[in-house]
Amino acid sequence: MNNNLQFDFTVDKSAKTVYITREFNAELPLVWDAFTKQEILDQWWAPKPYMSKTKSMDFKVGGRRFYAMVSPDGQENWQIQDYTSISPKTNFKYFSVFADKDENPHLPGSNWDLSFSEQDGITRVSITINNDSLERMEKMIEMGFKEGITMTLNELENLLLKLKK
Amino acid sequence: MQKNRLLFILATVRLHKLLKTGIMRRDVFQAIADPTRRAIIALIALQAMTPNSIADNFKTTRQAVSKHLGILTECELVKQESQGREIYYSLKIEKMKEIDKWLEQYRKIWENRFNQLDNVLSTIDRKKIE
Repeated sequence: MNNNLQFDFTVDKSAKTVYITREFNAELPLVWDAFTKQEILDQWWAPKPYMSKTKSMDFKVGGRRFYAMVSPDGQENWQIQDYTSISPKTNFKYFSVFADKDENPHLPGSNWDLSFSEQDGITRVSITINNDSLERMEKMIEMGFKEGITMTLNELENLLLKLKK
Repeated sequence: MQKNRLLFILATVRLHKLLKTGIMRRDVFQAIADPTRRAIIALIALQAMTPNSIADNFKTTRQAVSKHLGILTECELVKQESQGREIYYSLKIEKMKEIDKWLEQYRKIWENRFNQLDNVLSTIDRKKIE
């Protein structure tokens, strides 16, 4: 990772909101594709050793991505993202909920807002995640926690080596 | 004054009963979402205090403070110790650290996710040039 690239992560517990900003050393259209095309999304969305498995994805307003975060022992955590707004190469919004394998949503969910901008070949992505409830935010963070411990530094290094080849 | 104090004790007892039976399940994020509860946490982080001395710092009723203490207790963010006839509330530091640990893990997820994306982006980029 290029250390000059900005990474901000803040959690406002009282507003039930997470703010994430990250810069990428790539042009905007490429970064946009990485966030909106399923074949690229599945390559990076799940922190290894978890796997992202997209069952269906229709990137348009009113469309949906139905996918699972698959744990190393094969456990599938299904999630739905319903696209509510798309301004090509600028911004898109979706409503995200946990679900069962039959696509039944488990409300409440969270509202995601992703903005893209480019300056001098560096693309900045700003993500705002607003949760319907504190329980939902706790669950989201808990899931991250589970994935976090599963992920070891060694496994990450292996992945980086493999990707560089 | 005496009547108020009695009501306060009754409210505390009733709340603790409710909490014990699990009727009011709470989580840590709910505990810290309320500004009064955050102020209570800040107060008792410095020293153990009785419900009355905590309530002296707020304009709200003692019953309200008692309710907040009940929630904080159920979330196991505070602990109670009896000294004579008084109950002292203090902060469980290790529980507060747990919250930070959670958030740190969630932050790490995003860090790793983005590092993976860096790699994917550089791979695609190269393919385009080739």
